[in-house]
Amino acid sequence: MRMIAALASSAALLAGPAFADKIFVSNEKGNSISVLDAGSLEVIHTITGMQRPRGITASPDGKTIYVCASDDNLVRVYDAATYEELPSLPSGPDPELFVMHPDGKKLFIANEDDNIVTVVDVETRQVLAEIPVGVEPEGMGVSPDGSIVVNTSETTNMAHLIDTETYEIVANVLVDSRPRFAEYTPDGSILFVTAEIGGTVSAIDTTANEITKKITFEVPGVLPEALQPVGMRVTADGTKAYVALGPANRVAVIDVPSLEVTDYLLVGQRVWQLGFSPDGQFLYTTNGNSNDISVIDVARDEVTVSVQVGEQPWGVVAVKSE
Amino acid sequence: MRRTTLAGAGICLALVLPGAALAEVEYRAAVLRVDAPGPMPISRLDLPPEDLGFAGGALGTADNATTGGFLGQTFTTETVIATPETAEAEMRRLIEAGIPYIVTLADAGMTVRLADVARDLAGEEALVVNAASTDDRLRGAECRANMLHVAPSDAMLADALAQYLVWKRWTDWFLIEGSHPEDQALAQAYRRAAEKFGARIVEERVYEDTGGARRTDSGHVQVQAQMPVFTQRAADHHVVVAADHSGVFADWLPYHTWDARPVTGSAGLVPQTWHPAHEAWGATQFQSRFEKQNNRPARDEDYQVWTALRVLGEAATRTQGGDFAAVREFILSPDFDLAAFKGQKLTFRDWDGQLRQPVLLTADRVVASVSPQEEFLHQVSQLDTLGIDRPETECTK
Repeated sequence: MRMIAALASSAALLAGPAFADKIFVSNEKGNSISVLDAGSLEVIHTITGMQRPRGITASPDGKTIYVCASDDNLVRVYDAATYEELPSLPSGPDPELFVMHPDGKKLFIANEDDNIVTVVDVETRQVLAEIPVGVEPEGMGVSPDGSIVVNTSETTNMAHLIDTETYEIVANVLVDSRPRFAEYTPDGSILFVTAEIGGTVSAIDTTANEITKKITFEVPGVLPEALQPVGMRVTADGTKAYVALGPANRVAVIDVPSLEVTDYLLVGQRVWQLGFSPDGQFLYTTNGNSNDISVIDVARDEVTVSVQVGEQPWGVVAVKSE
Repeated sequence: MRRTTLAGAGICLALVLPGAALAEVEYRAAVLRVDAPGPMPISRLDLPPEDLGFAGGALGTADNATTGGFLGQTFTTETVIATPETAEAEMRRLIEAGIPYIVTLADAGMTVRLADVARDLAGEEALVVNAASTDDRLRGAECRANMLHVAPSDAMLADALAQYLVWKRWTDWFLIEGSHPEDQALAQAYRRAAEKFGARIVEERVYEDTGGARRTDSGHVQVQAQMPVFTQRAADHHVVVAADHSGVFADWLPYHTWDARPVTGSAGLVPQTWHPAHEAWGATQFQSRFEKQNNRPARDEDYQVWTALRVLGEAATRTQGGDFAAVREFILSPDFDLAAFKGQKLTFRDWDGQLRQPVLLTADRVVASVSPQEEFLHQVSQLDTLGIDRPETECTK
């Protein structure tokens, strides 16, 4: 055990290039994006000029940052190196969360107000399709092979599985109340869907599209109703998953093979979304009510530091710098 | 056009998911609103829209239908406007037409009578869901086994405000109550809340409703003279708490009290289930869907009828198959919960059929706070710090 920890920490020290990585945090109330140097964890730049930025993601090459500017009703696009704003993308009204197709060409955007998922070509900036889904679409996930995009609808309480070629819904899986986020394991065998009000994470077997287990949470001294699963990420090796538990101020660690919760990590207040560093060594959490991000050492499952960002941080994405 | 696609998606689902109902299943509900003749509100901003409550019902039905589209379920909701004279006959007609889920918007006495009509005809098979009356007796001595309450009780509303005032250390209250029975019931809820949370009522006055037109041209001239006189020489207090269920005087209290003290309760800082400025926990989506459909902001009654119909929709989603007995059983079981833009799951209290729910404290243009306040703890659910808890209930349904 000690050996593994020692190996992990030396690996962290050796990971020199990580110093140039950058973390982009969307600040929902601050109307800004905080850019942090992943090495020093200092805010090195603040991008402004947007209204209510929430969902944030990067192109597969890490060169372009996409942000759902909810109150601007569009997706704003930035150069990750120069922070220069690039031409915006149409998003449909009130975009909240989106997912980039692995081909880097298509964004699938949840439009909460209109019960649709909008598909946008990021190169031509054209809307390719509007797919009707359930009431209040929110969470968006994509299968590792890119064949299926998942949307969760918060009031319909379903995960809608959408074929990325035909834009047709191929399956609907009923989950618990207010599903917020969808995430596949890297081998595509399990689809996780978090349910904020239901307080569970459904593990869905993707061959049968059936729930194999509903993972529940329990933290001594924390009210059960405060355990609200929101954002979720699975490590690249598929062994561990992390779930942000909202007002419980904790991130749950799940052992993926057994689907058991192994740990709860105390982070900032109202932890919302999660994002890995490009090398997967660190997990960043956005803590909406304490205006900071926490850094989790993934090998040790320890929170190492919290860093102030803008007002009400919502989403986070980290990219390699050139 | 979107609807067609949705229906198509539903059929597709039926083929993909084994166990999903192949035949369309219909869920029938009704909203029965009893319009009693009454005085006009003080402010014309509060004039009731013609579709009060029904508009929320239409949105609830539409939300249920969207979900139902994926499950082979359809939802129909009949809306009925009755008078106190016709209400019971209308309830009879709805039950005889085989509608097992009836949402009522009526005063306390009428709500109980309607539940009894339903019980006499359908036993406990039909559910009556109270979406309007806040009277605690309906959750206590006058509770019914076939009646649920999505409207909060006076005790819940009073406790919600009391928690905030005590948190603020505004513990000395000047209680002003109206002269109607429902005002006095509300005042009683405030007395109970004061004792429960350690506040003191240092002065009590009754504002007599002497009748007359609610508004006259330049009526404010007299009000400006009357209200300060009515409130002068009260014992030292931190806040005014107005218990004016009837809407006779409270709106005139702010800025007119003798002492410069905040007004709370029926005016000023008001405990409510809904407010057009409520945006947290996805509420913005409800607001924009509602406003797009109805061209006006939603009121408490709209949200409450929406909630009542979503209870049905949620139970239909979870049970499927169309059997109302299963729906009813699920709603009354501990497995039921509903997401309704309040940041946590809403569930029913098994001892009196009351929906547990956070309460908004609204201040004119904004939602100033939401109760329960964090500091008030409870061994079962923090929401049970609001209203009548299990050990205190007088309900023996």
